[in-house]
Amino acid sequence: MNTADQYLKAIYVVQQLEDGPASTGAVADCLDVSPASANEMIGKLESEDLCNHEKYKGVDLTEEGIVRARDALQHYCIIERFLLEVLEVDEFRAEAQQLEPVIDETVAERLDTIIDRAPQCPDCFDHEADVCGLLVNQHDAVDAD
Amino acid sequence: MSLQSPLSSDHQLARLLQIGVVLEEVVEARAAKHASEFDDIDSEVRGLLEEASAESERHRERLETLVDELDAETIGFEQIQQLVEQQYGADEDFDGVLYDQLCNEETAYKFYDDLVAAIEGSDVSFSVDRDHLLGVLREIRAEEEAGVEEVTELMEREQL
Repeated sequence: MNTADQYLKAIYVVQQLEDGPASTGAVADCLDVSPASANEMIGKLESEDLCNHEKYKGVDLTEEGIVRARDALQHYCIIERFLLEVLEVDEFRAEAQQLEPVIDETVAERLDTIIDRAPQCPDCFDHEADVCGLLVNQHDAVDAD
Repeated sequence: MSLQSPLSSDHQLARLLQIGVVLEEVVEARAAKHASEFDDIDSEVRGLLEEASAESERHRERLETLVDELDAETIGFEQIQQLVEQQYGADEDFDGVLYDQLCNEETAYKFYDDLVAAIEGSDVSFSVDRDHLLGVLREIRAEEEAGVEEVTELMEREQL
């Protein structure tokens, strides 16, 4: 997933959590980058009409930005689910975060052909926990057995 | 969430190679499944699917050797074959089969291209020889690139 898509996903997640525009500080924290880097990339996304940025108010994704952010979130969910279901990685969340930049969407879509993902994805994503809500329940259920 | 470089350890390299093995297993299983689904498939398409399946088997064996050298394990082909069977939706026509094969080749090419770039961009020393590792991955990438061209040409001929 490229850097722009990772930013769009982060803005989307923060917007869901804040129920409104995302502050650049929160986006920077989410991606573990400096506020200056976040500002620079948000400027680029704005020039591509993927978001609107108003000083002191925050960042709002445009409709096109939301579509791309949700696709990116879905690809992230595929990586998480693939790691847990197929490779049986207990630390699937941490590893998905590490692998996200190097797994392209075409690769994620191919991995999607062998996992069991819910049709409502990515609406089941738990923004607070930064993980697919269904996957957490599934993982906890397996652990309890 | 993080923008950090994903390739900073043997563990992460092994994980990416494991994903490569699974991708090859998916190609192998889907190509074989397509070949068996259609009785009246033309010989050129059948030949391409059989060659794709055999090539993926060779690729995954080369990747498995690297994963083994990194002291990690891979997912058995039978397990992936079973998952492919469970989720498989039969394509309606030959175009669908060829399109699926094109996606397979393009996906694999993109995966190896990104992996080679990530290794080239990392200064971490892995416990496998870097030159050997990159040599194997570049060879596989070149074969995937040739595969994309082969399927594209066949699709164009089929449309005539």
